[in-house]
Amino acid sequence: MIKKNKSFIISLVFCLCLTSLSKAIEPDVFVQSTVNRASQTLSKDISKKEKMLELQKLARETVDIKGIGFYTLGKFRKEISDEQKNKYSKLFESYFLKSFSSRLSEYSNPKIDVISKDKKNEKYTIVSSILVATKDRPEVKIDWRIYTKDPEKPLIRDLIIEGLSLARTQKEEFASIIKSNDNNIEALFESLKKFIDE
Amino acid sequence: MKKSLGILSVVLFLFSYSNNSKAEEVKDCFEGLNRATFALNQGLDKVIFEPISKGYRKLPIPIRTGTSNVLSNLSNLITIPNNVLQGDLKSAGLNTARLAVNTTIGIFGIFDVAQQLGLVKDYKKEDYGQTLGKWGVDEGCYLVLPILGPSTVRDSFGTLASILGGDPWYNITVKNDTRYFKDSDYYVSKGTDGINFRSKNIDSFDNLEKNSMDFYASVRSLYIQDRKQKILNSNKIVETQDDSDWDDLQSN
Repeated sequence: MIKKNKSFIISLVFCLCLTSLSKAIEPDVFVQSTVNRASQTLSKDISKKEKMLELQKLARETVDIKGIGFYTLGKFRKEISDEQKNKYSKLFESYFLKSFSSRLSEYSNPKIDVISKDKKNEKYTIVSSILVATKDRPEVKIDWRIYTKDPEKPLIRDLIIEGLSLARTQKEEFASIIKSNDNNIEALFESLKKFIDE
Repeated sequence: MKKSLGILSVVLFLFSYSNNSKAEEVKDCFEGLNRATFALNQGLDKVIFEPISKGYRKLPIPIRTGTSNVLSNLSNLITIPNNVLQGDLKSAGLNTARLAVNTTIGIFGIFDVAQQLGLVKDYKKEDYGQTLGKWGVDEGCYLVLPILGPSTVRDSFGTLASILGGDPWYNITVKNDTRYFKDSDYYVSKGTDGINFRSKNIDSFDNLEKNSMDFYASVRSLYIQDRKQKILNSNKIVETQDDSDWDDLQSN
């Protein structure tokens, strides 16, 4: 009886492990599928506005917009009130979606090949890819910082183009706006609003 | 002798500066002046460099590739002494072979034969600013130079070292009166180098400008990150970016 129970428990644990493994999405597969989806959207015969809306939907599903927003706020995220945090999160999401879709919609059918992945720890994997060269620009190396705390729902946290981090660039841009306005976070909110409304 | 002492005192000053400065913080000591120079450079870019770069991009690909190869071959003249100064003798040897092969068989560098032969697969330019960085000299304050663009105190001294005798191409064209080269050869090569770089980045610059709330700060950040990568000879930001920055963040 004990033997039977033991083998049953082992089988059950094995099955559960398999189930959880089957649900986890490999970061490189996740990046390639995200890129393919973006590429499909960009090659569609639809208006630029429709493309931007589709890209925004994709970004909501695959990018950790909230995480990036707080990262780009740097030290100020510890200094602002909860009310300001909520206000900032909403503004940043609108800003990010507009900026993201606007940047991407300029490209027509970019070809990106995923080449390798490097698991840094349980929370992060860096996926390396190549944006294939065209007659107007050389090949570009793009690394993706993938947040894998929930392996079933990996999220993009940063794009590192030829070694240059977009999140870090944005963080320093935001810090510059706040600093040049006597460390007033409201100045950043105003700049974000202005960008969104333009 | 006086010149050597002057250079030594500058290097010592830079070292002492590095000890007093905080790491990981952009030191924009002359921000007001830098922003004004940046605006001037942007104006010049819109009127002169961008239109020329757009025209340059319309040239047939073989011409652009050949020009790019010649400029890359010339840059070996600064890269090789810096490989030596950084203690990277292997790269110094390979780049010397690259220069010799490309200048002769590659017809003054028009064809990158060394790459085709597998001699140097991934050529990395080095300069005196990078060497100072490798030696541990801090970047110092961020600077925007008229026409030349983003730099730092350290990188500006690096540029100065090139003019003071560290760049053999400058020495044989401008500094010394040789029968074979004119001053204009140097300035044309530098101008073409700028146009070549600008033409490869027209779309990314436009995109960055359009999507930046503070374009000056974005360019400053990209320049500082790029120089750090070049000093480390790495394309991986993970080596320079502190992962703890990302800790304790709420996600979607």
